[in-house]
Amino acid sequence: MNTQNNRPLSPHLQIYRLPFAALLSITHRATGVILSMAALLMIWILAAAASDAESYASIQVHLSSWYGQIFLIGVTLSLYTHLCNGIRHLFWDAGVGFELETAAKSAKMAIAAAVILTVTTWLIALNVG
Amino acid sequence: MSNLRTPLSQAKGLGSAKEGTTHFLRQRLTALLMIPLILWLGFGLAAMPVDHATLIETIQHPAVTVGLIILIMATFYHAQLGLQVIIEDYVSTKSTRLVSIILITFLCLLLGVVGVVSVLKIALGV
Repeated sequence: MNTQNNRPLSPHLQIYRLPFAALLSITHRATGVILSMAALLMIWILAAAASDAESYASIQVHLSSWYGQIFLIGVTLSLYTHLCNGIRHLFWDAGVGFELETAAKSAKMAIAAAVILTVTTWLIALNVG
Repeated sequence: MSNLRTPLSQAKGLGSAKEGTTHFLRQRLTALLMIPLILWLGFGLAAMPVDHATLIETIQHPAVTVGLIILIMATFYHAQLGLQVIIEDYVSTKSTRLVSIILITFLCLLLGVVGVVSVLKIALGV
């Protein structure tokens, strides 16, 4: 490397610790892809339910099993993370909250809100059972 | 005002198609629409037993039918727009990029239509 060149280097992902806001930014894309696949599954379930009770039951057996429930909790967390961070993006689109400090704070708020929504949803779901 | 484009770029004819913000706007509008719908879906599903009979009965409620159809259409429109951006950003080979975007678009269309038809089938009891 040219030692005389003091220009800033672009982040080297293996040694550069991403700021939380940047981590959340890539998470937004990752959850977007996860949710697209979850949407595919939802349509599959819906089509099965529209078909007959047996087709629906054959999928429901898996969804109500322990691995199905863990999977669904993961989908719920992805959904609410994408939702809350998406609202954060909408505020930016309106020109609000661009300051570094505000952005860092809203990142934490988005994650906290997503966790609270996930826990609340599943507390309700497990009680209705 | 004089034309600042090079003769080559003029001949190629590529440039603004006057719809630069369309993609951006539709991504945001579908997002806005889905904020209440997703909360309704999440908490609604959590608060009901999910056996086949209850599910069918719930979907047959006209307000649920309408809400679900709007949610499904908004979801796959939003997914298509978002996945397209991801492909455009990470797939650099032009042909692969184009084919991926076309496939994703068709898949989203297919899933959206299957979803809407399923909801209607349940709602109409056919």
